[in-house]
Amino acid sequence: MKILVPVKRVIDFNVKVRVKADGTGVDLANVKMSMNPFDEIAVEAAVRLKEAGTATEVVAVSCGPAQAQETIRTALAMGADRGLHVPVEGELQPLAVAKLLKAIVAEENPALVIMGKQAIDDDCNQTGQMLAALLGWPQGTFASKLAVESDAILVTREVDGGLETVKLRLPAVVTTDLRLNEPRYASLPNIMKAKKKPIDSRTPEALGVDVTPRLETIKVAEPPKRQGGVKVGSVAELVDKLKNEARVI
Amino acid sequence: MTILVIAEHDGKSIKSGTLNTLGAARKIGGEIHVLIAGADCRDAAAEAAARIPGVAKVLIADDPALAHGLAENLAPVVVNLAKDYGHVLAPASSFGKNLLPRVAALLDVQQISDISGVEAPDTFVRPIYAGNAIATVRSTDPIKVITVRTTAFDPVPADGGTAPIEATAAQGSAGLSEFVSAEISQSERPELTSARVVVSGGRGLGSAENFKILEGVADKLGAAIGASRAAVDAGYVPNDYQVGQTGKVVAPELYVAVGISGAIQHLAGMKDSKVIVAINKDEEAPIFQVADYGIVGDLFTIVPELEAELAKVL
Repeated sequence: MKILVPVKRVIDFNVKVRVKADGTGVDLANVKMSMNPFDEIAVEAAVRLKEAGTATEVVAVSCGPAQAQETIRTALAMGADRGLHVPVEGELQPLAVAKLLKAIVAEENPALVIMGKQAIDDDCNQTGQMLAALLGWPQGTFASKLAVESDAILVTREVDGGLETVKLRLPAVVTTDLRLNEPRYASLPNIMKAKKKPIDSRTPEALGVDVTPRLETIKVAEPPKRQGGVKVGSVAELVDKLKNEARVI
Repeated sequence: MTILVIAEHDGKSIKSGTLNTLGAARKIGGEIHVLIAGADCRDAAAEAAARIPGVAKVLIADDPALAHGLAENLAPVVVNLAKDYGHVLAPASSFGKNLLPRVAALLDVQQISDISGVEAPDTFVRPIYAGNAIATVRSTDPIKVITVRTTAFDPVPADGGTAPIEATAAQGSAGLSEFVSAEISQSERPELTSARVVVSGGRGLGSAENFKILEGVADKLGAAIGASRAAVDAGYVPNDYQVGQTGKVVAPELYVAVGISGAIQHLAGMKDSKVIVAINKDEEAPIFQVADYGIVGDLFTIVPELEAELAKVL
């Protein structure tokens, strides 16, 4: 079974985000970029399925600027076998990514696509569901547990009320939630090995996909700042303030 | 321009987030229809939807294949209806987040996720980067497919209307997926995302056993109990307690953060609360930068004291 893992290059989750003064977006100049944390979980899940003998090959794909190849290298260092890069400069929205991935799936014929449930930059939480829709495949979103059977996969999903398990016919799309696994750190030998693994390239034109954004960003602003509050000296004072000053109890 | 709101319901009643989603629909403006899709939802759920003031029509899709909100079976029903609408809205709950992108892709529409404001019928405000930036976006698609951050919109009243109920075609099972089982947390407490008061615990609680120390305070305040990602990852509480960028977004009147340091991704889920109280032994903890009232000290001393003080005044 072949597994396709789409990965996205995003601002590192530890970086403090700054909105550009002209309100056109977020300042990404000289900012540390990393693989989207949910995608790391997806790579880990795929690599574990390969290590368990369930999967035969793990292919990492990334759509984005030239530097997205670094993100693919990270996936290769974690254990993916080869990479695919779809070079796109400029803004790329989830529907366009889903269409690119659909075209890649048509070439690669994976039995399973595992991807992050959400990217921590645009916080859209769409691409996996959209890809499943375009392929006519079932979707197991927000997965915290996977069990592959011969022609199906059991996906335990994190839902608002708790957990839910669904059985999906393969091929299927799975999106990862936080508790599916803890991604490994790539070892130095594996990082070196990853440099020799192949990364192919496919342009959107070759894939026949129009990636023109459908949403126009009019402005990006700082969120309203919360006023820093006061430290109180005792619990009695706290309760008094909640009752008589804030009037919330 | 008519708006279709996909109701989230349990067959008997409408989930409160649907009322907030209707609040967002009202801001967009236009006639509002509500879709109730499920199995055996013809009576209670549909009637509850029909009683919501401002709803012009309730559509019901009743089919065993729609029982557990499986997106593979439900999306075609919504897509079939959507062509007659200018907007399709659902709450940004795990239900809406799972379903609506599937609908959007089938309609060839770029969805607008998790809106927190309406500027115009085609222009919306939404948080990005865990709420560290706020984007205003305009959609160029003919149908706007939108999930709604429910805490950002006031709910409409639940009663007072008399909308007609109309059946719409369900399309059976797509044969792609089936529901196997669910482990749903049972709680007498209010629902986290709509509670007036939330008491949340973090890694500072130290264990699942210690986490129970929050229950007394939560009982006194009629609060829901939440948790930081660290506490959920450590196994103190189940995943459905998680407040944050990737968990639940809450905005109660009062949010009490106990033993929570205040990581960016946690703040993303609670910083729109009206009043925030932080209890933490580390006076440098980032949570104090957003807290209205902070107490520095050992939570295992402070929480029981708080429970006792609340008992005096409530």
